[in-house]
Amino acid sequence: MIRRILSTAALEFRIALRNRWVAIAIGLMVIFALVLAAAGAAPTGDIGADRLSVTVVSLTSLAVYLVPLLALLMSFDAIAGEVERGTLPLLLTYPVARAEVLAGKLVAHMAILALAVGAGYGAAALAAVWVDPASTAGLPALWRLMWSSTLLGATFLGVGYALSCLARRPSGAAGLAVGLWLGLVVLYDLGLLAMIVADGGGPLTGRVLPVALLANPADAFRLFNLAAAEAANAAAGMGGAAATIPLWQSALSVVLWPLAALGLAIAAFRKVTP
Amino acid sequence: MNSTLTISRLTKRFQGVSALSEVSLSLGPGMRVALLGHNGAGKSTMMKIILGLIPFDGGQVQVCGAAPGSARARAQVAYLPENAAFHPALTGEEQIRHYLSLRGESPRRASELLERVGLGRAAGRRIGTYSKGMRQRVGLAQALIGRPGLLVLDEPTSGLDPVSRRDFYALLDGLAAEGAAILLSSHALTEVEARTDRILILSQGRLVAEGTLSDLRRRAALPVALIVTPAPDAAAALAAALPQARQADDGTLHLTCAQTEKLALLAHIATLGPQVADLEVIPPSLEDIYSHFSRRDGQ
Repeated sequence: MIRRILSTAALEFRIALRNRWVAIAIGLMVIFALVLAAAGAAPTGDIGADRLSVTVVSLTSLAVYLVPLLALLMSFDAIAGEVERGTLPLLLTYPVARAEVLAGKLVAHMAILALAVGAGYGAAALAAVWVDPASTAGLPALWRLMWSSTLLGATFLGVGYALSCLARRPSGAAGLAVGLWLGLVVLYDLGLLAMIVADGGGPLTGRVLPVALLANPADAFRLFNLAAAEAANAAAGMGGAAATIPLWQSALSVVLWPLAALGLAIAAFRKVTP
Repeated sequence: MNSTLTISRLTKRFQGVSALSEVSLSLGPGMRVALLGHNGAGKSTMMKIILGLIPFDGGQVQVCGAAPGSARARAQVAYLPENAAFHPALTGEEQIRHYLSLRGESPRRASELLERVGLGRAAGRRIGTYSKGMRQRVGLAQALIGRPGLLVLDEPTSGLDPVSRRDFYALLDGLAAEGAAILLSSHALTEVEARTDRILILSQGRLVAEGTLSDLRRRAALPVALIVTPAPDAAAALAAALPQARQADDGTLHLTCAQTEKLALLAHIATLGPQVADLEVIPPSLEDIYSHFSRRDGQ
């Protein structure tokens, strides 16, 4: 089983390399991270935290938007593309389980995301440490951001595979992926904001908001990183909501979502008839 | 006999329209069977059911002693799709190495396999640059992986030139000699000719004929055509002597007769002596036999 997964992963990685996806993902992350590192330099003196910890907080906001987008862009074609090219029927006659096919693709795409995230955050960290040697204190927060970003990516990869199975056609899958990104990453938070405003900080907000934040993988990711940063006293006042939700709950959401998304993808793939 | 593929009373409907009805067949080791039929006759549907790619509505299918599509069946079945497609960014060798890994074979055998189908020199090039015939060979190479008990080949010779086609059948003969059962489809009888042990003809989802080529020829009992060219000035006399003949525009006389009456008719024409300049006997062609069976049900 491991061998079939690894062979699939190696093949997918090679395809992504040839399609320039690896270069695009790394390039995007490095550019955005460096821009943020430069822009995030200003408030350092006011907060009294080290420069890297401040950069990590800005990188968290970047990752919430960019990592799901990259993950969806890489995954929407995974099954729909095979259907369109006509490569799926032959693949499915091989003694390889559908779950193994998806696992192989996930390993390859996660590796690319990890590379991109590592390169982007690494560049930002180097810039921070170069300017402010005391920044090494922020390295644990950076490490936490790296692995949680990769898990966030895994969640959206899994959901992207599921959409790819449902849409059957790459164009349809692309549309669904963009819609999902807008919904979960942008509109969801606006909706919550509207709810808070309408409720005026009443009892509804106290009960519904934490659950709503934990249920969205992107919000859980943001909460987790901000709460952890707050615990380290690096970003005081950054996340009002983060303070009310225990760290273990957001951590659990960050870890469980990728598994749930993979399960969803496998269930959707099983329904595909080539 | 230990059968590799057994299908009994297989029925498949697509949204109420019958695609296959009550089809039964069985294939033993080493048997080469051709499945013939028009487009839409149900050939590909039947193959996809055997491969476990689509479900079926009635009947039983057993592939190498297991259910179609089960892990045990897939481990022993090789498939060549009608239009073999692969990711264009990969080289032929990378693609075959992957397929070898999926079947638990050593990826190092890839170049040997590609050599066997005549792609040795193109192995390092991307599949996107291959011609249709070359892609078909990559498909053939992957079907040779391992020692498949059953090969399912969907119009395997459609993109191949006559020489490649001969090489292809030579490969199949080798596989059949090693004990593989082979089921291949085609829409022309001329393509499969004598290279298969048995011929099945599907028409509108029904099995309308089954047997060896000579079986089919005998059962079809198609008439033999004769073309008689009269000697100069003897046209009218000859036409009178052969009243059942139809005169063509070029002056030749066209006759048809059943196989059993052929010799008597030839003897009669021979008695006409100098009135006959030439005589041509045309047995029913493979195409005639095929259309005889595949049309019968449609009318």
